[in-house]
Amino acid sequence: MKNVDLVIIGGGPAGLAAAVEARRQGIQDILILERDNELGGILNQCIHNGFGLHTFKEELTGPEYAGRFIAQVREMDIPCKLNTMVLDLAADKTVTAMNRQDGLFQLHPKAVILAMGCRERPRGALNIPGYRPAGIFTAGTAQRLVNMEGYMPGRKVVILGSGDIGLIMARRMTLEGARVQVVAELMPYSGGLKRNIVQCLDDFGIPLKLSHTVVDIQGKERVEGITLARVENGKPVPGTEEHYDCDTLLLSCGLLPENELSRAAGVELNPTTNGPKVNESLETNIPGVFAAGNVLHVHDLVDYVSEEAGAAGAHAAAYIQNGEQGADAASLPVRCENGVRYTVPTAIRPACAGDKVTLRFRVGAVYKNKKIAVYLGDTCIFARKRPVLAPGEMETIQLKGELLRKDPAADHITVTLEEA
Amino acid sequence: MMDVIIIGAGVSGCASARELSRYQADILVLDKEEDVCCGTSKANSAIVHAGFDAAHGSLMARLNVEGSRRMPALARELDFAYRQCGSLVVCLSEEDRPKLQQLYENGVQNGVEGLRIIERDELVAMEPNVSDDAVAALWAPTGGIVCPFGMTYAFAENAAKNGVKFQFDTTVTGVEPVAGGWRVHTDRGSYDTRLVVNAAGVYADVLHNMAAPADPMRIIPRRGDYFLLDHTAGDHVRHTVFQLPGKYGKGVLVTPTVHGNLLVGPTAIDVEDKEATNTTAAGLEEVRAKSGLAVKDLPMRQTITSFAGLRAHEPRHDFFIGEIAPGFVDCAAIESPGLSSAPAIGAMVADLAAKALHLEKNPAFDPTRKGILDPKTLSFEERAELIRRNPAYGQIICRCESVTEGEIIDAIHRVPGARSLDGVKRRTRAGMGRCQAGFCSPRVMEILARELNLPLSAITKSGGDSKIIVGTNKDAL
Repeated sequence: MKNVDLVIIGGGPAGLAAAVEARRQGIQDILILERDNELGGILNQCIHNGFGLHTFKEELTGPEYAGRFIAQVREMDIPCKLNTMVLDLAADKTVTAMNRQDGLFQLHPKAVILAMGCRERPRGALNIPGYRPAGIFTAGTAQRLVNMEGYMPGRKVVILGSGDIGLIMARRMTLEGARVQVVAELMPYSGGLKRNIVQCLDDFGIPLKLSHTVVDIQGKERVEGITLARVENGKPVPGTEEHYDCDTLLLSCGLLPENELSRAAGVELNPTTNGPKVNESLETNIPGVFAAGNVLHVHDLVDYVSEEAGAAGAHAAAYIQNGEQGADAASLPVRCENGVRYTVPTAIRPACAGDKVTLRFRVGAVYKNKKIAVYLGDTCIFARKRPVLAPGEMETIQLKGELLRKDPAADHITVTLEEA
Repeated sequence: MMDVIIIGAGVSGCASARELSRYQADILVLDKEEDVCCGTSKANSAIVHAGFDAAHGSLMARLNVEGSRRMPALARELDFAYRQCGSLVVCLSEEDRPKLQQLYENGVQNGVEGLRIIERDELVAMEPNVSDDAVAALWAPTGGIVCPFGMTYAFAENAAKNGVKFQFDTTVTGVEPVAGGWRVHTDRGSYDTRLVVNAAGVYADVLHNMAAPADPMRIIPRRGDYFLLDHTAGDHVRHTVFQLPGKYGKGVLVTPTVHGNLLVGPTAIDVEDKEATNTTAAGLEEVRAKSGLAVKDLPMRQTITSFAGLRAHEPRHDFFIGEIAPGFVDCAAIESPGLSSAPAIGAMVADLAAKALHLEKNPAFDPTRKGILDPKTLSFEERAELIRRNPAYGQIICRCESVTEGEIIDAIHRVPGARSLDGVKRRTRAGMGRCQAGFCSPRVMEILARELNLPLSAITKSGGDSKIIVGTNKDAL
């Protein structure tokens, strides 16, 4: 197989945006490898609107949003291979992949962008006791069945987890004729966007039970019912059990970046995000391997995925054109304090930071009237008041390059929450 | 009239069917479920016990050691996944040493080869994650791990190749003696046979009591809860690690699986309901609490699923294999180590039946069977050539376990073949991985529907009423 400069693993929103930007930066020889039978990734099954407010200043559906990027990829004539599975990524960036037409093949690109997205946490990983019948779906699987295949996975539904896909599916299943009885959430707050709670639950009169979980699943062949209980300090409280007759349990209990290829290649992962550790250029510990989108950390809005992936595309282009830069530059680890769960990037080389560095993070609980503060060593280089911070919403801040370079003696950066 | 009807298509029934197919006989296997391997055989520890545990002199001890001894050659002959990784029984306290010695001596009496008590230093070198409290261990090099589905399907497919018929979704409702044999009543009609083999697992007592009411049997379903961990945790231990029952109570085992996962469990909770394969919060908690006794730092966060199975426990705690009435052979009370013993159980049942019926050898018997081709075991060039010949092997369906469409199609067209998502899963591992079928189930449903010429709405998770989709959008509005 002919060799290419840049291989992008994944043709979802991250892969598409990365490809478009890399081409804009002058990289001709790009190949997108996509495992599904069309480009667009999970956006294709997200037929609700609300996408693109930041990127296109209008409200699009998922397929429309993907369509804008797919059109650009087509216009730019960027090659892609569909129904193609990457089986292995080696530390020397050898990509082993296969499909029906080309069979098994290997590529030796100069740079690789990881854009594999994420998967949903399944029932098994949640340790919900009970039977293991049909009728238990992750919300995304149900979404695919309903939105892409036109099939109803059930009629009487209980949803566990208030992640955005779960909230969206509560509305979707209701519109398609199912009765969604309740959404239960283990945590005392929702994992989803406020707007989704209002538009998908409140508007349809679907109750949201915070601090509740499923403690039993009944039904040997198909789900016949589930038992909810209130949770305190992470444990179900005896005597609070409530039974619900239902034929379906949908799970929206978190997304896990899909980094099996990364791990096999020797990419270092951040145990908090399950995504690669990257520097300000979104480059992993393997020079020339970049990561963006939900494979890096789970995003709340696809607009931010596109933005981040565009940056990864530009950095990969620079790597291909100029070779490895800044190998000897000081790299400052980013520390997380006072409720900041993680940051992307996990380290910043001030010398490579250019004009500005975008830093994204999430908090571990709901916080009110706080200030996001960033320190270079002991010097505050950023502060912004935030009336509310919630785990369901990603925070994005920008750090000025000149400020990052102000104290060459600093050996770390700290992102923290302070009293406003 | 059939020659033999085997009731139950678990590992004992299928092993018996395969061994009986060495003879000239009309053999029918009946099962109430939709497929082979749907009961105890599908939810257990997936290990081949060396045979030091069962009381010396018991049938269990004899068949365990014989089954374990037959396993390596059988795995080659029938092409199923088996690995002799060895097992360790870890002693956590000096006080318990006499029990370790007893276990060693029992094993030697049973004829288990290579048994040795090893001291802490050697143990730590063999198993670096063993508990800091471990003082010694019983090392059994002949202990192994096996794919319980793979072994059961291998027996069934080889039996079918040699003429045995299988009928599923058929529940036996009664048996009665008739001239020259037995009449087996089912929810799908009655069948006459010269001989019945009762391999009905947790239901074996029900059939036994129909055939020999004067000498009743009671099988107590004994539930075992387990956790299955992802490949990322698969090398946490290198051997099957048991904990010697003692000062710290009875532990759970921690073992690698032949497919690179880590299995932790089981509990032993007696239940009334023969269908109660539900895990419970208490059961799972018990496994979690005991899991760290013999092995430290278990990465339980890597759990991809938990499950429970029922062992067919009988109060005398021994296998019960014998002709309890003329032409009615019990293969009952096959609890652990039933999987390990299956090759010997099959041989013993076949021997009993053949003698009772004076069966002649089947000169056309073919003892071999090829498993479903796993392209991951091929070299780059071989795999590339396979895809050129059959492009379905170039299409990945299950991402987590890298299972191709080619393997799934093969599984569906086997005899007996996969008819449900679980049938495909047990045969190919599609859906067995870390996403637990989230991505691949719609795709596998499509392949099943296409290959079996069924509407998508007829595809089930595991037969019966386990339908996956219940209608089309807005059909209820």
